Amino acid sequence: MRFDIILRVAAKFILAPLLLFALYVQFHGDYGPGGGFQAGVIAAAAVILYALINGQAAAERIVPGGLVERLVPAGVLIYAAVGIVSLLLGDNFLDYDHLAHDAVHGQEWGVFLVEAGVFVTVFSSMIAIFYAFAGRRPT
Amino acid sequence: MTNAPLVAEALLSLVLMGFVAVLAVAILRVRGLLALVILLGAYSFIMATLFVVLDAVDVAMTEASVGAGISTVLFLGALYLTGHGEADRQRRIVPILVSGITAVVLVWGMSDLPAFGSADQPIHAQGADYLERSLPDTGIPNVVTAVLASYRGFDTLGETAVVFTAAIGVMVLLRRRGERS
Repeated sequence: MRFDIILRVAAKFILAPLLLFALYVQFHGDYGPGGGFQAGVIAAAAVILYALINGQAAAERIVPGGLVERLVPAGVLIYAAVGIVSLLLGDNFLDYDHLAHDAVHGQEWGVFLVEAGVFVTVFSSMIAIFYAFAGRRPT
Repeated sequence: MTNAPLVAEALLSLVLMGFVAVLAVAILRVRGLLALVILLGAYSFIMATLFVVLDAVDVAMTEASVGAGISTVLFLGALYLTGHGEADRQRRIVPILVSGITAVVLVWGMSDLPAFGSADQPIHAQGADYLERSLPDTGIPNVVTAVLASYRGFDTLGETAVVFTAAIGVMVLLRRRGERS
């Protein structure tokens, strides 16, 4: 695996488009298919592919395991925080009408923020699960 | 022929469902676990294609990325940790009974669903309202995103919590004692 030249070269070509596509799916989810969940999985797939090609140690230099573990709850907290803020602004929980100067922009901001929360949790969860598998040795 | 696109779509669906059926039988029959994992990935990918045919692009994207992508990698990781050999088959009566009864109950439950594509099912009575409201309310053209993140935001928060819980569970189960990953 470590010396498989075809895999390594192909991965170099595909990694950057994968991450770019993840961002596209994330931010274009309001207009086309996709959203935080799918974008998180695609971005995690890019990191996992890198780990498969170059080994877990190389992947952990880019996305450290400790950071991933903190990101897993951080996404849920981002999501819930949007709900708390809308509560403080006098709306119902997760009602985004007053997040901006008018209701429609408030909705757009709210959706953008909760999708970001979903992205963070899904991205880090997939990588955390992969690290947990890959970190073990066969018994 | 006036309804050529419809015929083409029906044919495409039939071909894809044929693939799914063949793959399902193959998954049941195959002995090597490595081949099984690859077949499961292929099954997910064909299902994702079927979702595209049914115009459920968001679901298709999720199925392709999770089912055919991440799941395959995790299965391979599990195989690497446990070995490729399958245990010898034993014909036990209780699992066969449980599976059979579950299948009968599922088919019986499906018989009560509204006909595929019928216009008078409750989801269309509700959905038309969302289709009209979502763009003026949220300014988001994709109704799926509007419903998921705004109208049903609380459900999506729950789903995010589910993903979080799954990650925590796997980390707790798989990390060896006293080790920082």
